[in-house]
Amino acid sequence: MHQSRIRNFSIIAHIDHGKSTLADRILELTDTVADRDMREQLLDSMDLERERGITIKAQAVRVAWKGHQLNLIDTPGHVDFTYEVSRSLQACEGAVLVVDAAQGIEAQTLANAYLAIENNLEIVPVVNKIDLPSADPDGAASEVTQLLGGDAADVVRISAKTGINVDQVLDAIVERIAAPAGDPDAPARALIFDSSYDQYRGVIAFIRVVDGSFETGAPLRAMALGTQFDAEELGFMSPSRVPVQALVAGEVGYVITGLKDVSALRVGDTLTTRRGAAAKEPLPGYKEVKPMVFAGLFPSDSDEYPELRDALERLKLNDAALFYEPETSQALGFGFRCGFLGLLHMEIVRERLEREFDLDLIVTAPNVAYRVLERNGEWREVHNPSEMPAELEEVEEPYIRASIIVPKEYVGTIMELNNERRGTFDHLEYLSPERVHLIYELPLAEVVLDYYDQLKSRTRGYASFDYDLSGFQSGKLVRVDVLVGGEPVDALSLIIHREFAYDRGRLLVEKLREEIPRQMFDVPIQAAIGSRVIARETVKARRKDVLAKCYGGDISRKRKLLEKQKKGKKRMKQVGGVEVPQEAFLAVLNLDGDKKK
Amino acid sequence: MIHNAGARHLYVHLPFCVHRCGYCDFVTVVGREAQHGAYVDALLSELARESGSLAGAVDTVFIGGGTPTFTDPDALRRVLAALPSAAEVTVEANPETVTEELAVLLREGGVNRISLGAQTFAPRLLDVLERVAGPDDVRRAVHTLRDAFFDNISLDLIYGIPGQEPSDLDTDLAEALALAPEHLSLYELEAKPGTRFTHAWGDELVRQSEAMEGYFERVVETLTDAGYRWYETANFCLSGDQAAGRDLRAHHNLGYWQGRDYLGVGIGAVSTLGEQRRRNGASIGRYINALGGSAGGKEPPRELEQLDPLTKAQERLMLGLRLDEPLALGGLEHAIDRGGLERMVAGGLAVVHTECDAGDEQSLSLTNRGRFLGGGVTAELLA
Repeated sequence: MHQSRIRNFSIIAHIDHGKSTLADRILELTDTVADRDMREQLLDSMDLERERGITIKAQAVRVAWKGHQLNLIDTPGHVDFTYEVSRSLQACEGAVLVVDAAQGIEAQTLANAYLAIENNLEIVPVVNKIDLPSADPDGAASEVTQLLGGDAADVVRISAKTGINVDQVLDAIVERIAAPAGDPDAPARALIFDSSYDQYRGVIAFIRVVDGSFETGAPLRAMALGTQFDAEELGFMSPSRVPVQALVAGEVGYVITGLKDVSALRVGDTLTTRRGAAAKEPLPGYKEVKPMVFAGLFPSDSDEYPELRDALERLKLNDAALFYEPETSQALGFGFRCGFLGLLHMEIVRERLEREFDLDLIVTAPNVAYRVLERNGEWREVHNPSEMPAELEEVEEPYIRASIIVPKEYVGTIMELNNERRGTFDHLEYLSPERVHLIYELPLAEVVLDYYDQLKSRTRGYASFDYDLSGFQSGKLVRVDVLVGGEPVDALSLIIHREFAYDRGRLLVEKLREEIPRQMFDVPIQAAIGSRVIARETVKARRKDVLAKCYGGDISRKRKLLEKQKKGKKRMKQVGGVEVPQEAFLAVLNLDGDKKK
Repeated sequence: MIHNAGARHLYVHLPFCVHRCGYCDFVTVVGREAQHGAYVDALLSELARESGSLAGAVDTVFIGGGTPTFTDPDALRRVLAALPSAAEVTVEANPETVTEELAVLLREGGVNRISLGAQTFAPRLLDVLERVAGPDDVRRAVHTLRDAFFDNISLDLIYGIPGQEPSDLDTDLAEALALAPEHLSLYELEAKPGTRFTHAWGDELVRQSEAMEGYFERVVETLTDAGYRWYETANFCLSGDQAAGRDLRAHHNLGYWQGRDYLGVGIGAVSTLGEQRRRNGASIGRYINALGGSAGGKEPPRELEQLDPLTKAQERLMLGLRLDEPLALGGLEHAIDRGGLERMVAGGLAVVHTECDAGDEQSLSLTNRGRFLGGGVTAELLA
């Protein structure tokens, strides 16, 4: 199709504002999917996505509307995936910004809108859920025009659920969003904005052709990584794969690469051809994503280590941002230190491992990446508290720029929470007379544990939150070790601001005393900074553990009971002869929740 | 091997009860008075079929239930008459069933040891357990048996009953000691899953478990102070001067704890013969059909379990460590976790003895504290 009749767009929205529902309606309205095949939220193909109501992996669907080819490029809707969102946006000329008519603008709405503006996209504002009794379409529309400028009359008011005015959204896309501007005769260049892995066909790259054209069978090269392969198949999604002979400038589609290693092709890289004139300059913007949140993943049953390794390998195929390396813990045995983009990313990986691979995991408390200046004057990155050297010059931790939107009566609450979390106030602005946008600098470490839960519970769910990494800053951080039965439990070490070390240490040992079952001996539990003990508790020894009676009739049953007891012990981790149940390793996660009780 | 020579211990199960107590998970039959005769016919038929598994001389016979003494007297008499003679013949009895007539019947039938289910002397706790007998029934039963010249009486007591205070336990122990039984069994109440009792009292038992933690220590201290030997986890007997030279341990049960073969007959009865353990089905109807009636003489429904050498060794360890005498470790090495053993020895819970005059043969016993934690210690020791 001629470039002038192509429109490439994304839908961006805060979580639950109706992005996926709008996408579903668009597929129906354009007859891309027959009604009977329509499943709710068709684009979210992973179970987990459906359940959590979020889209994890972007996809692209081609639809036809009034003689035009529209390519809907779906974006992940969460802060952890900002980089993926920005790649998806780069493949578009416009974005439909969906705002809930009852909720108004939220933190992710802002973050996504700013991203779209940075990418020079035409924004088509849409107020959704106008059929809700609590809807305030005028209020939401005025928040939108305050943010973007323009006329409230240009805000399309729809109900994606019932389909009201969805056709107007499609018309607006055709009218307002520019056609792609690439040069069809220039050397071929395409942006990889997503990829997935097919067991039989290898890596499938989703691309936006910027210049020139790509033909089936052509030899291709990824410019940043240098990976070479042949285009086994080209095509577009509608919504399943439809092969075509060629993809031309302005079009969006997929390439089946046959590559068996997903890391050979990275989102953000530029594809060009090795036949004829190859492009000299890659498209701008490629960067490697760096994990900022780390946690140890260990199989509950140490026999499952190979299964965990295989599962991580397979997940990595579809999730290039996932980082992992083998880790050995005295307490937890063999496992992996994994790096994630953020907390949601970690939660998703963990759930997928447990659900799709049927693994029983112990996940240690998450920590951030630290930069340590050693005595020898060298900087190195530390991903694990137990690796933090005792002797050092300086430690830096990552900071974020947090963006929080709340009704104005919660401003005090938010300030209080952020002060507890070592936050620095930057500024605030009124989005409307009722709603305030606060900007804070916060150490990422203060956010990774339970910040989001606290934010939600202290504002009765009204606060919305988003963040950007803003760089590393030096901090007064210490390593607190936990000793059980006199032996340090590496998996429980934590890095914390000096000021909070005593409180944390005391809470932690108290919590562990509750979690560690009484044993045959007294078990001291200590928290220490270096060799200095800062808190201590004791689990008193049991006084009785016997099978009341055992005669000829029940020897088999009693033997099985003992075998079970023995097995139960095996599932617990031995630390210095003490059986520590898996829950104890999670104790550190719940400290603040308990403090309030 | 001992089993080649046949089992020297015989267990006979008489399942009938007047009422099924809430906490009970034994194979029992309530009502069905009309079936006592037919059941005993079948039982005797099984005993005749299996007599080949018995040694020429039997050491002990144990008649358990149910409430064996609730069985119709003629039927009970026929069972006793069919038994091989043995040095120890025990019958379990409920206090309310003990009459002069019964005592004479048992005496004449060759019974020389009675195990009496007293459970507790507190009326309100007996109610909780749904026991029929009252405290006076227990005392009266002991006197009746003494009058019939029974000189080996064991009392069963239960502690850890919902609502039982420390003072209740002290009273129970004092009441029991006042009757001067030769032997005492003290069981912590086990709320077994699926019983009516667990349904009614399970939560309460969990709540009070911490408070009752010291009860076991209290039991052992009181009874050993009174001169009883704590010879097995839950069992005590008079010893030394008070025993007048007799070994008053329950020899039938010692057979189990020392890993010897035994034959069990009757519904739900278990036998261990060499490498095979088998359990008769629990259905009285099917049991009678198989062994009695016109079809007569068929094997009753049974479950079989093959005991491999490792399992045998694990059981030796599990059972042997319940006793106060050291357990010889010869042949059990492969069942023992050396690391666990070292931890238990280092922690003062177990002691390894080396007999120099017996070719450096090693044996293992638990310390007093180790015996209180016997289950956990055994789990540590198992490889």
